[in-house]
Amino acid sequence: MSPEKHKTQMNIVIAGHVDHGKSTVIGRLLADTKSLPEGKLEAVRQNCERNAKPFEYAFLLDALKDEQAQGITIDAARVFFGTEKRDYIIIDAPGHIEFLKNMVTGASHAECALLVIDAVEGVQENSRRHGYMISMLGIRQIIVLVNKMDLVGWDEAVFNRIKEEYSAFLSEIGTGAITYIPVSGTEGDSIAAPGENMDWYKGITVLEALDRFEKEESIDGKPFRMPVQDIYKFTSLGDSRRMIAGTVETGSAAVGDELIFYPSGKRSRIKSFEGFNLPDVQTRVSQRQATAFTLDEQIYIRRGEIAAKAVEPGPRVSSRLRVNLFWLGRRPVKPEHEYLFKCGTLKIPARVEEISRVIDASTLKVQQSCRQIKRNDVAECIIKLKKPAAFDIATEFEGTGRFVLVDDYEIAGGRIIREDLPDSHTEIRDKVFLRNFKWEKSFINPSHRAERYNQKSHLILITGGKDTGKKTIAKQLEEQLFNDGKYVYFLGIGNVLYGVDADIKRAGVNGTTRREHIRRLAEVSHLLMDTGLILIVTAMDLTQKELEIIKTVVEPENIETLWVGEKVSTDINYDFCFDDGRAADEACEIVIQRLQERGVIFKVW
Amino acid sequence: MDYLEELEQTSIYILREAYANFKNLAMLWSVGKDSTVLLWLARKAFLGHVPFPLVHIDTNFKIPEMIEYRDHLALEWGLNMVYGENREALESKQTYPDGAVDRITCCSLLKTQALRQTLDASGPRYRLNHETRSYEPDTNSEAYTGVIVGARADEEGSRSKERYFSPRDRQNEWDVGDQPPEFWNQFKTDFAPGTHVRIHPLLDWTELNIWEYIKSESIPTVSLYYNQGEGTRYRSLGCSPCTEPIKSDAHNVDEIIEELANGKLSNIAERSGRAQDAEDGGGLESLRRGGYM
Repeated sequence: MSPEKHKTQMNIVIAGHVDHGKSTVIGRLLADTKSLPEGKLEAVRQNCERNAKPFEYAFLLDALKDEQAQGITIDAARVFFGTEKRDYIIIDAPGHIEFLKNMVTGASHAECALLVIDAVEGVQENSRRHGYMISMLGIRQIIVLVNKMDLVGWDEAVFNRIKEEYSAFLSEIGTGAITYIPVSGTEGDSIAAPGENMDWYKGITVLEALDRFEKEESIDGKPFRMPVQDIYKFTSLGDSRRMIAGTVETGSAAVGDELIFYPSGKRSRIKSFEGFNLPDVQTRVSQRQATAFTLDEQIYIRRGEIAAKAVEPGPRVSSRLRVNLFWLGRRPVKPEHEYLFKCGTLKIPARVEEISRVIDASTLKVQQSCRQIKRNDVAECIIKLKKPAAFDIATEFEGTGRFVLVDDYEIAGGRIIREDLPDSHTEIRDKVFLRNFKWEKSFINPSHRAERYNQKSHLILITGGKDTGKKTIAKQLEEQLFNDGKYVYFLGIGNVLYGVDADIKRAGVNGTTRREHIRRLAEVSHLLMDTGLILIVTAMDLTQKELEIIKTVVEPENIETLWVGEKVSTDINYDFCFDDGRAADEACEIVIQRLQERGVIFKVW
Repeated sequence: MDYLEELEQTSIYILREAYANFKNLAMLWSVGKDSTVLLWLARKAFLGHVPFPLVHIDTNFKIPEMIEYRDHLALEWGLNMVYGENREALESKQTYPDGAVDRITCCSLLKTQALRQTLDASGPRYRLNHETRSYEPDTNSEAYTGVIVGARADEEGSRSKERYFSPRDRQNEWDVGDQPPEFWNQFKTDFAPGTHVRIHPLLDWTELNIWEYIKSESIPTVSLYYNQGEGTRYRSLGCSPCTEPIKSDAHNVDEIIEELANGKLSNIAERSGRAQDAEDGGGLESLRRGGYM
């Protein structure tokens, strides 16, 4: 094995205010360490000659014509560079305020940062802003370069003044630099070699500083987390394996381990790890490994859920979370806008319920309870997800504790989750979770039943005003499906009210009672559906909140909602609506067609 | 986990993200070393399968051995192989080898334009029939909305500015100055109708990484990359009229790794044998903005 095999690789971002000389520093570093391919240096020199402008080291990086014209780095360019110790990818982040999103993109892939400050101009707006962003992205190793020392006559006092000012800023935001180095990108002092102009400086060069950065070792011993990336079944390619795919975020898991998937609470054991061209059969996976495994049972889970081990603490589940957010989007964050919330492999519509405080990342000025978050601002706020989801708290789990928000197709902000907050369904969800956890499974699973009965279990929820013909449609639908040979059952809410609900007061007295009636109706539905039935339930005037309770208890994918009646008197989001006068025949036909489309029953040819 | 494994695992994650988010996904396969490593990584990510079409742009001037190798692997690995070409330009002989246009124009016709037409299905697509072992017109005429490409950041300047998931507008154009941010492992997987996204799982790989991975996985590569006794080998593959081999004694993967690791080639740009680069002001920028890979 070649020695290169053992060399580590490290991503470093170089940031700072516009024109403070980041690209020049890197260009110089590459040239002085002879890390450039011949073609590159020549091409850039020739280009300069052709355009009659003096050669600059920065042009090596700003290889794009656009940038050479404007003299600023537009995007984060990657530069590959190696020392005896290891290989580096230096990400050159643009200093211009317009391109802060590019700087953040560059920095989010880095483990360490070099921050460049111009000795002439001193600490500027983006020197601070970039410092803030770097610390927010979780980069803890920072080295500050005071550049253009040649232009201040190599004056130690200038260096010390900048060092003092910037140290104070960094400590205010709760971080600090490993060291400060006075450099000159154009003259080369303190870049790859000490140079002759600063006798007063006894510290290390930039090149030495790079090798001083420490590789952050992955912390092991954390509970297992794997965001479900996909469920693969390549039947059409002649493969019958059903595999759960994902990359392990923390911890490890082995064949035979029992997993729980959140937020659904479904559980099963790992049967085997699958792979392609692996030297040995895999029996265990750990942190950062991309894996795929089969389960003991065919449980229905989805992309976006988080797998944890049954014997270890699981992630949080809620639809409300307190977060820290930085915003880079074109339009400001407002409570009335809808966003997509992405965390791990999860993607879910979300709103910002409350903006608690906004911080200016450069001046550090704080504003309490605001109505909007403007571009390049940092804020603390509460996010409300459309559905409950699983996630972690960032201080406990880095990967599953950070998120981004998508606005108008583009990632426009993100950062960390600080806290899970209770939502209106927390209590019901906890009951469902416990029920799933304690559920005694039989040898016959839902797919066996589906195969035997030639149907998938499903809930048809019929609601509407009083005397609109809900039950007529329900009973006719039941009869029609029954006559087609389906296993189907009609259940009116009244059938539950006087038996299952005998211990609680009649509905209408207060909200909690009605809520409990709905919860029990949903639990009974869940039981009946577990037998493989197609269940038709009627209930009067269901509201959206009540439908959400039902969807918390019963798999939401397996529900069709019908509103019967001309007037829709609640806020429910139904799938279909039928007018009063419409014949039950027609309603049944539409529902049956829908069930066929959804693959619940098969179309008879 | 060594760094090669780390690169591999990240690329697999990106491939799986692409597959989970794009309905009409395709992978470009130039038959070169990078996109062949990419193809191998797809088989890793999808447990031996490649669940989307592999698209090859046939300029009709590729070195013949490349096409043989392509079809050989496509048949052996059961790939959904599709190729496209700019038939109009070829029929009217608007090519550099025919003497009608310069190199850059030839590239933009036979590659960039052919690619655009193949991706949006406005041009012809031919699909490999594994039973007859021959190509026939493809019945799928939907535009690909996600296109996986084997570009690496260390190849030349403009490629170093790419994102892992990089949007392209209706004209296939790339707005370098205004790309969406990409944080941690969250990528641009949402896109407006009519636009498409280029996906670059190999962005952080270097030329040396590619060869090390070819070695560790024993990935079959086309023999043009090796010195066959003439003292030359191809370092980057393209059309025969515009691709020159380099001087090298490397006969096999080990010797190429040694050659790269020892810095024998560090003073020569990887694409120095590709004549069109030199004509484009020392970079691929003009070509790439228009959709060139």
